[in-house]
Amino acid sequence: MRKVIALGGAALMTALSVTSAPAAEAPAKIQKECAVCHQMSGPASPDLAARQTRKGPPLFFAGNKFRRDWLETWLQKPTRIRPAGDFAPDHAAKGPEGDAVDAASLSDHPAVDAPAAKEIADYLMTLTPNTALLAKEDYTPGRVSARIGAMDFVKFKGCSGCHKDTPKYGGFSGPELHTAWQRLQPPFIVSYIRDPAAWEPRTLMPNKHLNTAGIHKLANYLRTIGEKPEKAK
Amino acid sequence: MNKLFILAVFLCGSILYPRPAPAADAAHGKTLYRVYCTQCHGLSGDGKGINAPQLSVQPRNHRDRAEMSARTDDDLFKAIKEGGQAVNKSILMPNWDGNMTDDEIHDVVAYLRALCCAGAK
Repeated sequence: MRKVIALGGAALMTALSVTSAPAAEAPAKIQKECAVCHQMSGPASPDLAARQTRKGPPLFFAGNKFRRDWLETWLQKPTRIRPAGDFAPDHAAKGPEGDAVDAASLSDHPAVDAPAAKEIADYLMTLTPNTALLAKEDYTPGRVSARIGAMDFVKFKGCSGCHKDTPKYGGFSGPELHTAWQRLQPPFIVSYIRDPAAWEPRTLMPNKHLNTAGIHKLANYLRTIGEKPEKAK
Repeated sequence: MNKLFILAVFLCGSILYPRPAPAADAAHGKTLYRVYCTQCHGLSGDGKGINAPQLSVQPRNHRDRAEMSARTDDDLFKAIKEGGQAVNKSILMPNWDGNMTDDEIHDVVAYLRALCCAGAK
């Protein structure tokens, strides 16, 4: 099993050895190479089997989701956003105290050089099929006190069950959220919280049926912790 | 008057003999459980998923026969569909109505019954 993972990682590294290709060829090349792990054209599959076998989040709406500058920086020095990978059951193992993340089963995202990162980020930002979903949102970023926001996040909305709002606190199965504000476009955050299945039918994110004020409060909390990280709890 | 009588008889009949739910698919429920539930309830359903150590309330051990036998199928369905708060439990158990159809939730309930009480692995 480990050999298969290692082989997969090596294949991924080879596939993502993006170098500066002629501009006209670049999108097709990026599409092909990213598609080794990411869904590059939509819509997202409603198929349960597809959700279990995917290796990375879909990128076909990357231009609606990510901040371009974050993408360019992250691609050069990628860090793990999802502590238990994109599909936690595949990266959990039973231990004496219960299940734990099986770090050996996770493979790192390959890094690319600066010109390639720029090229990939530029291309990904052109993938914007869900602009209409974002247009439904009317959100002006505000602030919430870190303490009130944390209480809302942890106690009232239960987000910490799956997500970390500091590097040390929160669940492992969802993407970390203490970096969400730097990573994601604010309208995407709001739209995704409002109706996650509109973006991905088989998302593991529940729709909490929050009202707009509640959604904006969560987004404001992500801004608060993202722009001025809290000390670890 | 006759029409009212017929309607009353029909309603009573509906209450006493409700339309049977379509047969739930425990095997499909097992797949759904793996996707949506194991992150907290554990790979084996013992309540010790990868998120459990960070939770202020221990997730339910679905292998606990006594505990699970005290819950009706309707209770389990409601807890999954509407979340823990709907059955006076923790908010950390989210509502899955945006992720699974009613039929799928019935499938999960069928799997829970097999897991707790029929020796399912």
